[in-house]
Formats: sequence, structure tokens, C-alpha cells
Amino acid sequence: MTSFLFAMIIAGTPLLFATLGEMLTEKSGNLNLGVEGMMLIGAVAGFGMGFYTGNGLLAIVGAAIAGALGALIYAFLTVSLRANQVVSGLALTIFGTGISSFVGTLFIGQKMPDRVITSFARVKIPLLGDLPFIGPILFRHDYFVYIGYLMAICLGVYFYKTRYGLNLIAISENPSAADASGIHVNLYKYVHILFGGALCGMAGAYLSVVDVPQWQDNITAGRGWIAIALVIFVKWNPIMALFGAYLFGGLSIIGFRLQHLSISQNLLDVLPYAVTIIVLILSSIRKSKEDAPPKGLGVPYFREDR
Amino acid sequence: MKKILALLMVLTLIISLAACGKQTPTEETYGDDETATETEATEGADTDAAINEDVTVGFIYVGPIGDGGWTYAHDQGRLYLEEQLGVKTIYKESVPETQDVEQEMRNMIDQGATVIFATSFGYMDFMEKVSAEFPEVAFMHCSGYKTTDNMANYFGRIYQARYLSGIVAGMKTETNKIGYVAAFPIPEVIRGINAFTLGAQSVNPDVEVEVVWTSTWYDPAKEKEAAIAMLDNGADVIAQHQDTAGPQQAAEERGLWSVGYNTDMSAMAPKAYMTAPVWNWGPYYVEQVQAVIDGTFASHSYWGGMEDGIVALAPLTENAPEGAKEAVDAATAQILDGSELVFDGPLTNQAGEVVVAEGAAMTDSEMLNFMWFVKGVIGNIE
Repeated sequence: MTSFLFAMIIAGTPLLFATLGEMLTEKSGNLNLGVEGMMLIGAVAGFGMGFYTGNGLLAIVGAAIAGALGALIYAFLTVSLRANQVVSGLALTIFGTGISSFVGTLFIGQKMPDRVITSFARVKIPLLGDLPFIGPILFRHDYFVYIGYLMAICLGVYFYKTRYGLNLIAISENPSAADASGIHVNLYKYVHILFGGALCGMAGAYLSVVDVPQWQDNITAGRGWIAIALVIFVKWNPIMALFGAYLFGGLSIIGFRLQHLSISQNLLDVLPYAVTIIVLILSSIRKSKEDAPPKGLGVPYFREDR
Repeated sequence: MKKILALLMVLTLIISLAACGKQTPTEETYGDDETATETEATEGADTDAAINEDVTVGFIYVGPIGDGGWTYAHDQGRLYLEEQLGVKTIYKESVPETQDVEQEMRNMIDQGATVIFATSFGYMDFMEKVSAEFPEVAFMHCSGYKTTDNMANYFGRIYQARYLSGIVAGMKTETNKIGYVAAFPIPEVIRGINAFTLGAQSVNPDVEVEVVWTSTWYDPAKEKEAAIAMLDNGADVIAQHQDTAGPQQAAEERGLWSVGYNTDMSAMAPKAYMTAPVWNWGPYYVEQVQAVIDGTFASHSYWGGMEDGIVALAPLTENAPEGAKEAVDAATAQILDGSELVFDGPLTNQAGEVVVAEGAAMTDSEMLNFMWFVKGVIGNIE
């Protein structure tokens, strides 16, 4: 049981980063379907940085910058040129998949240098790591996982407890009103889309640098799409994202531990998606305002249209 | 109006961006490939193979050469072919198993290809169709079952090498529990699991092989998780069928042992990897292309084994147990002289019923439709 929960955290970490990244983007009123593309760009950039510099920190930073650059294309198209967000996001996914395969040809059959692998070795957090039951599951991971915990908590505080976060929520609900109250809408959108892209890039890097420290083409294998569903599943709440990402991570690997019980693998593969649909139905039945998506989501903001 | 104009401009930009993203890699690889083959052809001209310079051979791959597995192994065969015969080769990576492959074959024929190798099951029907249009071209299809007058199919008895890798794993395990990360429940995979199990049992009767299906050919992180699940469950050796090295890394991380697949994976998990059943397509490619050059090519169905060298066991590393080399060599000799058929009786299924009686052996068609596990395998076929 403990070993399963431990593996669940690892499987959920790339989902967590991607979910938080997409959440930031959606909180600025933009729907970015390019998560998979940004993850792959981040994965290849992170691998490249780690491979050439032998430095784990630079690998993460490189992946984040690359993910942000991918998001910059999207931000320019949708914020400055006000292009259709769905089309731009899909284009970013196609672009990211292509460019990661292209750059990845440099790393075919290559393994991450040991220096990078050891820099992401498991670290037990003093005191917390000794807690009964919770300690071995949550607090004996690599740094990347801990960054994930902190990131979710920081975003939770940012969204609901800071002025900037509240401004951001105002933009996602009603950009005209936010603009009228003196908030620089486009600047906010740019900053948060870029930061969201950086988190997606880090999500990809977790796979290529830490989890499977070796270059494999298309390493994300569709996790970016699960992250988009997760944002809806956790109702745009970063703290919920912690639970949601680890739950989905767990669902994706629980099949390997249950196969002797003659439970159909196909059924288990369906579970994450079935759960998402159920949550969507439940929240739409309750018609709760808190669970609703941001009102301005997916709508390009034209100042003249006010 | 302004909006529509902006939207149009953006769409154009996106399309061009997407186009760049998709096309640049293929164009580049094509370019690289052509320069590479030209230089190699000139090198070949210095040796005795100068006469073959004008022969062009096309290869169609289902994945990138960089998969480090299936396609990589075929590409090694292509390089071997160039080196041996000095022919010009052209190839195309990541060709989908759709009608697109017909266009690729026609492109290659336009470029002068007289032999085309298509290396994935899904190309079969398209190749059959194109082969009727070009009777002067030799078509070679890997892992299928259809043939025409000028289209042959070919595959290898990788189960023989899996049997040998099972011997290594069976000698190494201390917990008598081996984890096998399996792809999809199809005869090809099941045959491999059974052969591996029989190999392990031949040196260690108590051994059990636990099977977990991932329903993937290519998801390194998920395949690694599947291996970890079995390591947590007491397995101390991991074997696999997918095209990635994810399971190898799980064993490496835990300080335990692993058996790879497709190619030598020692670089991926130097402390865990012991050996792997590997493909060696080169000699067959050389033989067939030579037959085309000589004008003796004839359509056929080929399922070759270790005696032809098309499948083999990769060299054992220092992680392999003591005495494994001797045991593998002895079994190899038996396979080569025909005294060890792998699937010869008595074979019992998981329920303990004798399916293949003592003295009998499974036929090729029975092996190609293998849908049951031998005793000692823990797992279900769904």
C-alpha cells in the first residue's frame, strides 16, 4: 500500500505541474490547448540542458524557459492578435510535438549524465519524513516533487490572498470591468500565459530528466490532455489540483497492481476520464458559482468592444 | 472587418508555423540521408561492390530510428546492407499505417527503388495493392502473412532468443519471481512470455513469471511504473516487450536486474541490464537484395530463427549470473541442432492440463495463434 501511494505521487507529479500551468493560463481568461506541445518542448529542452551542462538546476530552468517561449507564440497570437484560442492551442501542440522530435534526434539513445540523476536523488525531509504513514509516502521524494507541493500552495495563496491574484481572477471573469478599474489586462494575460507555459515545460522535464532520464521521442504520451481535463476536475483550485493530480496519477498506475484480481485493464484505463465526466455532471447539476469556469474563458478581449 | 482580417492573418501564420514544425524534420532527415548514402556509395565504389551503385533499396519505418528498439534494429540492418553490397538506400521514418504508405512507396519507386522493405504489420494491405501496380519491383513485408507474385513476407523466431534470455533470468533470480512487462495480449507477445518462462524453468523449476499488461508499445514512464509495481511485489528480475527502456530503469533504480528487448540496452541501465533478445536483420536483407540483383528473387514466406542469425541473444554483461554463459551456449547449440524446439511437449497450461503431449511439438500455425500461458506464468490474457 505504502509503495503504491509513493509511486502514485511520482506518476502524478508531471500532471500536477501541467495542471497548475494550464490553470494559471485559464485564470487569465485564455484556454491553451497546447499543453502537450509545451510539455514536449520542455522535455527536450530540459534533457538537452541537463545533457550538455550536467547540471540539474539548469535543466529545470532551461525547460521552464523553453515552455514559456512556446507559450509566447500562443500569447502573441491570442492576446495581441486575438486569434481563436482553440486553433492556436492546437497549433502549438502540433508545433511542439514536431520540434521536440526534430531537436530530439540529437539525443537518440542518450542517457542523462549521472551527475544530473544524482542531483535528483530521493531526499528525506527531516522530521516530516519520519512521520508515521505519511512520511514515507510524501516526504522521501526528489526535489522536483517538493517544488510541486510548494508551487500548488503558493498559487493557492496567490490566487485568493494577494492583490495580483484577485486582479487576475477579475480579468478571467470580466476583462472589461477589470480594464475599467485600471488593471493592465494584456500585461496580466502575457505574464500568466508565459508562467503557465513554464510550468508545463517543467512538467515535461520531470519525465525526461527525472523519471525516465533518457531521451525517448514523444515521452509525454498524452499526459498534456489529461492535465486539461484535470483543470476542470479540480475546479480551477490549485490546492485541489494537488489531490486531483495525484489521484489521476494513481488511477493511471493502479492497474499494474490489480491485474491478478482479474479486473479488466481496459476498465481501469477508462477510470480517469469517467471520473472527470462524473465530476462535470455533478458540478453542473449543483450549479454552484464557485465551481463554474471563469466567465471570460476562451473569449478574446477587444478593448473597443466594451 | 478589422477582426476578420486579423483572424485571417493569424490563421495563415499558424498554418505556416504548423507546416514548418511538421515538415522541417522530415526534410532534414531526407537531406541528411541522401548525402550520407551518396558518400557511402562512393566509399563502396572503392571496394569490390562498385557494380551495385545503381541499385536503390527503400525502407519504410513505423517509428523514428531513435526509438532505440524496433525501428533502430531495422535501420542497423539497412546500414549493414549498404556496407556489404554498396547499394544506395533511401528510408522514411514514422510513416503511419494508413494510405500514406502507398504514396511513400510510389515516391521511392520514382526515385529508382527496385526493392522496398516495409517494416510494420499495418503496411501489409497497402503493400499488396501497390505490388500489383509495379510487377518489376520486389516488395518485402515484415511480420505479416500476405504474399503476391512480387511481395514476400518475413519475420524471425525471436522466441528462441527469449528462451535463452529466460535461462539467464532464471539463474539470476533469488526470489524465484520474475516480472515481465508485457505490451498487448496478442500471440506475438504471449509466445515471447511463454518461451521466456520455459527458458527460466529449464534451469530453475520453481521460478514464476508475473505478467503485467501496459497496453502500450511506447510510454516509458508508464512502463517503468509497471516494472516498479512488480518489483514492489517481490520480483527481482524484470523482462519486457515494449520498445522503450523504461522497465530497465526501474530495475536500475532499485539495484536489481533486467533483461531488455530489440537491441543491446546496456547503456540505458548499466548496473541492471544482463542481456536481451535482439534482432539482426542485416544478413537477410543482404541475401534478398543480392537475389534481386542476380534476378533470382522469388516470393516467399520467411520465418527464420537463430540458425540464420536473424535473431540472437545480446552478449551477457557482467551483471549476468555465474555459469549463465555456459548454460546459454549449451542451449544455443541445442536450438541450432534442432534438439530444443522451445515449444515441444510436454507443455501444460496454467490450469495444469497437458496441452502439448510428450514427444509432440507445436506447429508454426499453432505458435502464430498462441493464446494461452504455460504453467508458471502468473497473469491473465484478457
